[in-house]
Amino acid sequence: MFQARIYVTLKTGILDPQGKAVKGALATLGYGKVEDVRVGKYLVLTLDYPDRFLAEKDVKEMCDRLLANPVIEDYTFELQEVAK
Amino acid sequence: MKFGVVVFPGSNCDMDCYHVIDQVLGHPVEYIWHREQGLAGYDCVILPGGFSYGDYLRTGAIARFAPLMDAVSAFAARGGLVLGICNGFQILLEAGLLPGAMRRNDSLQFRCHDVYLRVENANTPFTNRYRPGQVIRMPIAHGEGNYYADPETLAELNREHRIIFRYCTGDGDVAPEANPNGSLENIAGICNKDGNVLGLMPHPERCSEEILGYDDGKALFMSVLHWWGLKREREVVARG
Repeated sequence: MFQARIYVTLKTGILDPQGKAVKGALATLGYGKVEDVRVGKYLVLTLDYPDRFLAEKDVKEMCDRLLANPVIEDYTFELQEVAK
Repeated sequence: MKFGVVVFPGSNCDMDCYHVIDQVLGHPVEYIWHREQGLAGYDCVILPGGFSYGDYLRTGAIARFAPLMDAVSAFAARGGLVLGICNGFQILLEAGLLPGAMRRNDSLQFRCHDVYLRVENANTPFTNRYRPGQVIRMPIAHGEGNYYADPETLAELNREHRIIFRYCTGDGDVAPEANPNGSLENIAGICNKDGNVLGLMPHPERCSEEILGYDDGKALFMSVLHWWGLKREREVVARG
């Protein structure tokens, strides 16, 4: 068994209106030194795969096909073996 | 001319589209459930507005894998007319039938009001009943209509006259203050290379009858009928 932790973020250079709003709110709270905020998505997948190589290959494919939109988003993921 | 209106779980403008085709245009129309596999017999397919699959993950991201979408792609490749309105436009982007992607509105607000649009290309199956440069009014209702495409794609869209509608002022000025969502170059609607797939954020089906205040959207549907009529004539002539 594996657990994949996937982080999806807007590509650098793509305007992030949510991040901008959060940054503004933080500044109002007195955290004016926050230079930038980017809001993304965090997905956790539990995978019944016997093999790390296959799990990694499929998670990458899932990200490319559905979980991230390659036009505007980047993704990274970590794969961790977990007990069944 | 036979129309089909695709119904996804969460579509909510399907009945409006059906009503316009049936009652305003007086043409045959059927609902097509997203689990169906084929589109035989249809001439124009409409992907209506709404919140398919609750807009989960990204707008249109899950709907684009509905069983019917393979048939929609094949239908478009054969030259069938595909019209994506609002969420329908978002689904066409996710499906890769149109280039680019939608981001959250730059205001972070769901914008629900009338906008002015400039008809940038009146030589398409969907806009031939408008005048080039005509300023029309349509309602918008979306939270994610902030169109993005990379610079190369944007240049290609411009070069090939595939930007069909832009947000503008009442005088037709494509100005930043007329942009309701932050879309690049005030883009409100684009088409594919062959011109048979159109996606737009505004709702023509909500303004196709005088009783609703104005009917600037009607010409879009009339364009489709006109184009279809000309195509049929050409086919008859070709057959002798």
